[in-house]
Amino acid sequence: MKPFVDLHDVTHVYARAEDGVPAVKNLTLRIHEGEFAAIVGPSGCGKSTLMKLATGLQFPREGTVFVDGRQVEAPVKLAGMAFQNPTMLPWRTTLDNILLPLEIVEPHRGRLRRNKAEYVAKAEGLLEQVGLKGQGHKYPWQLSGGMQQRASLCRALIHEPKLLMLDEPFGALDSFTREELWCVMRDLHAAQKVTIILVTHDLREAAFLADRIFCMSARPGRIVAEREVAFPRPRDLEITYSPEFSALVHELRGHIAQARRAA
Amino acid sequence: MRTKNQLALAPWIFTIGFFVLWEVACRALGISSFILPAPSTILLAVWEYRIQLGYHALHTLWMTVAGFGLAVAFGLLLGMVLGSSRLINAGSYPLLVGFNSIPKVAVVPILVFWFGVGWVPPVLTAFLISFFPIVVNVATGIATVEPEMEDVLRALGASKRDIVFKVGVPRAMPYFFGSLKVAITLAYVGSVIGEQNASNVGIGNLLTRASAAFEVPLVWAALVVLAVLGVVMYAITAYAERSMTGWAQRSQMAA
Repeated sequence: MKPFVDLHDVTHVYARAEDGVPAVKNLTLRIHEGEFAAIVGPSGCGKSTLMKLATGLQFPREGTVFVDGRQVEAPVKLAGMAFQNPTMLPWRTTLDNILLPLEIVEPHRGRLRRNKAEYVAKAEGLLEQVGLKGQGHKYPWQLSGGMQQRASLCRALIHEPKLLMLDEPFGALDSFTREELWCVMRDLHAAQKVTIILVTHDLREAAFLADRIFCMSARPGRIVAEREVAFPRPRDLEITYSPEFSALVHELRGHIAQARRAA
Repeated sequence: MRTKNQLALAPWIFTIGFFVLWEVACRALGISSFILPAPSTILLAVWEYRIQLGYHALHTLWMTVAGFGLAVAFGLLLGMVLGSSRLINAGSYPLLVGFNSIPKVAVVPILVFWFGVGWVPPVLTAFLISFFPIVVNVATGIATVEPEMEDVLRALGASKRDIVFKVGVPRAMPYFFGSLKVAITLAYVGSVIGEQNASNVGIGNLLTRASAAFEVPLVWAALVVLAVLGVVMYAITAYAERSMTGWAQRSQMAA
């Protein structure tokens, strides 16, 4: 399989970094099409930088970034993003928030006005998939944090992106809501065949959701370990209590602990 | 429910109480109406000069609204430019602050050199004095768009323009409407200053003439008319704010 996201020997220093220490250094990462990849690491290891590099929001000082076979020289336009903060616009209803990407991305941008009903139906379908059926008319601030995060996932997916970037999307939620959303995410991945890069602190989350897990070192970040996750799909939450799962989480924890010590 | 009624009544009770106290103080202490006329004297003067006051008040209102309208249009435009470009923002800020620091009454003579005495100096004074808060607030609203939101849109290929119009401008609306309440009051001050120094009509001009002729009750009557007009204009902008940006006023603090 050809890699869909291919970062080769990438070093990146932010222009505003005062100490001049690179955020990531000699980082190499290959993610296949349709794969669910998770990136874990100690805080401040450059995980978010990696996301920005892969979506063309930042360009590497050294090395190359290819996405979908093309070198990234501008924002990639085929990505959807969701963050820890749901960033819904409070003056739009949830449905209009979800439709926002369509007002930006071609070809939807040009045909949104005339085909509104079709797009609204699609948004309603997504809302149903994440368990928010019939809630589209509410304003985001009338929804709970978990519901806003579900809506934020819908917004990230409405334009059928080929690449979905998730930056600790469940970090601010309570553990029950988080596990519920893991299952939502698992089902969305199964249904949409989208390539997903999940950046997270939560090792159980990575182990439950991902096909492959990359461990990053402390800043300057690079990949120190790569681990296939062999649990068959569809996965049930029950597997998180199996000894194999615990062993995997324990192993990952070892890598992170080592990365923290090395820093 | 009781506190709600009390809250609704409180402004009336306080206002009426204030004038009653004033009246009582004037009568009890026998204050000369040349120093401080009693409210009843002022009210009589308002009635006596009603036609003159009405004519001049309408003129002042018109000057204020015209200057305010210019300030809104210009303020929105400049605010959008400053909010979306850090370079222009940083570069022009000292100029803007410096300009805003000049007392506008000092600018009126220059306006008179340029445009002569008439309707232009009051309108321009109102405009010059009131656009600054609008610019600053709109620029702040646009410049403080959450970086995550910007990333979401930029990763979709959104241009700077898209981000400013889809997120920045709507986001700046509560700031904008908040600044209108400040701006309308300032515009009013501006138009009256302009009229006092460079116009033959308007409440400002009436004030200048009445005080030169020591017509004390007329001066006070003009002040009362000014106050009432000011409250009305403020109330209209406050109402516009509430009806336009309800989404931003959902906190308990605003209730």
